[in-house]
Amino acid sequence: MIYREAGDFKTTYRDDSQTFPIRFDRRAYYALVAVAFLVLPFVMNDYWASAVFVPFLIYSIAAIGLNILTGYCGQVSLGTGGFMAVGAYAAYKLMTAFPELNIFFVVLLSGGVTAGVGVLFGLPSLRIKGFYLAVATLAAQFFLVWLFNKVPWFYNYSASGQINAPERTIFGIIVTGPSTPAWSKYLFCLTILFILSWVARNLTRGEVGRTWMAIRDMDIAAEIIGVNPLKAKLTAFAVSSFFVGVAGALFFAVYLGAVEVTEAFGIQKSFLVLFMIIIGGLGSMFGSFAGAAFLVLLPVFLKNALVGGLGWPTDLAAHLELMIVGALIIVFLIAEPHGIAALWRTAKEKLRLWPFPH
Amino acid sequence: MLDETEEGHVTEDGRQIGGVLMEMRNITLRFGGVVAIKDISFDIRKGEIRAIIGPNGAGKSSMLNVISGFYHPQEGEIWFKGARRKPMKPYQVARQGIARTFQNIALFEGMSVIDNIMTGRLTHMRSGLFSQALWWGPAEREELENREVVERIIDFLEIQHIRKTPVARLPYGLKKRVELARALAAEPELLLLDEPMAGMNVEEKEDMSRFILDVNDEFGTTIALIEHDMGVVMDLSDRVVVMDYGRKIGDGPPEEIRNNQDVIDAYLGVAHD
Repeated sequence: MIYREAGDFKTTYRDDSQTFPIRFDRRAYYALVAVAFLVLPFVMNDYWASAVFVPFLIYSIAAIGLNILTGYCGQVSLGTGGFMAVGAYAAYKLMTAFPELNIFFVVLLSGGVTAGVGVLFGLPSLRIKGFYLAVATLAAQFFLVWLFNKVPWFYNYSASGQINAPERTIFGIIVTGPSTPAWSKYLFCLTILFILSWVARNLTRGEVGRTWMAIRDMDIAAEIIGVNPLKAKLTAFAVSSFFVGVAGALFFAVYLGAVEVTEAFGIQKSFLVLFMIIIGGLGSMFGSFAGAAFLVLLPVFLKNALVGGLGWPTDLAAHLELMIVGALIIVFLIAEPHGIAALWRTAKEKLRLWPFPH
Repeated sequence: MLDETEEGHVTEDGRQIGGVLMEMRNITLRFGGVVAIKDISFDIRKGEIRAIIGPNGAGKSSMLNVISGFYHPQEGEIWFKGARRKPMKPYQVARQGIARTFQNIALFEGMSVIDNIMTGRLTHMRSGLFSQALWWGPAEREELENREVVERIIDFLEIQHIRKTPVARLPYGLKKRVELARALAAEPELLLLDEPMAGMNVEEKEDMSRFILDVNDEFGTTIALIEHDMGVVMDLSDRVVVMDYGRKIGDGPPEEIRNNQDVIDAYLGVAHD
């Protein structure tokens, strides 16, 4: 009854093409943004920030990035971890080489560097498709991790081979380094996610987005209506890598503070982000958020339920957790291959008719 | 009857046919040892409906693919709007003002009808990546302007009711119509239709014929079409090219083609005595 579109008439094409055409959705969205910015930073504690909120925000950025490439443009990538590493190392080099540079611009520039690297590794996509492209991006993953381990210049010749984020502030608030308060990590990541998801939404609803989807759905037909496949695929790689690079920079500088590349940005990270968008829903903005939330929250929930609730030993719970997550992914793929976003859509369609379904 | 002057002429039903828009000169296309098109020349005049017919495997679709830039002929020249066309990629051909539909529908299944048709406006959209990322201002204005053009085409083809439906859910006949809408959205000078009525029932064929005539009449779009239904071809087209085994065996107005002995032989077979 509350959730309906009847009576909500659109009189301009502008109204008709807005992000949330249904009034209830729009209000829910404003409320959510208000709570995220104005309420959560004051009520959350360290545990919630570092276990749930900050990783959720960062993985959302990475998932949106990969979703642009894989979900919207149809180019499968297994190099997400490697591209996150590029963002992280770019951020580290920028922070140490230009200590005066504001961390906000450091993060954006790291994304820019990653975009360039992404375009480079996207070049093979003009010739190869599907599984073969996935293998080519896998090569990028291994090459980049190897590179950051092998060339000492990237970690400023430190003895441990690790990179550590120095302390940086915005408006006098510490956002990186060991003494960063939880709420400032959260707010910084939230602000960046807010801006970037708005950009992603604009790109995907406009001409660029339609070009990407045209390439995904049928590249021959796309070419016949005037899409330059080279340009379309490379912009997808660039934009996607920008997002992933920003996520990598935040993951290193804000979330972890210190990073060892094989551990933080290995192949597992590529798969994790890929699972997020598959479970969340390919080609859906909502799906990127839902997938990130699902895979960040699930381990936390299981750990609390098994160790805290049932009192099982931690190691047993950790192993069980892996099995349960794996099983859930398989169940999900069989039951709803289009992800949480599709479930959400169905629920909304039902809700529109409720309580008179006929 | 056909008037061969460059200035063109007016048809019996009062449509203006102009000078030559596209000319194929001695086109030969080979795939390895197979000769798909052999030394074919014909022209397409501005404002006319030009049909290409022939039995299966005659090379009709290959000819359309040559025009739209998928195949590059080994010999021959293509002249478009009075200039010789260099070998170009399909997307460059599209930007010259040539749109087409496919024999097997080539819509973007994952997108809604409106998005599919909006992709057809691509060649008319200019705003760059960064202005689109911001959305406000030029990008939004351009989007809304093009949306209006698309809505006019939706009205024209009577598909308002399926505007927001995902294309994958549509029945065959409507998909064909959406594909035509996408090609029309480009406001092409030359529209290529590859079997626009294949697999349709009589009613759908009548609808589609009406749309083709209306497009030609209202927008003045030049149309080249391939079709198997002889009745449709003879009724719709101003001039017909007949192909058989990659050769041209007839070219002229429908009534002339109907009485052409080579064409009759190709379709009905020849008695060997």
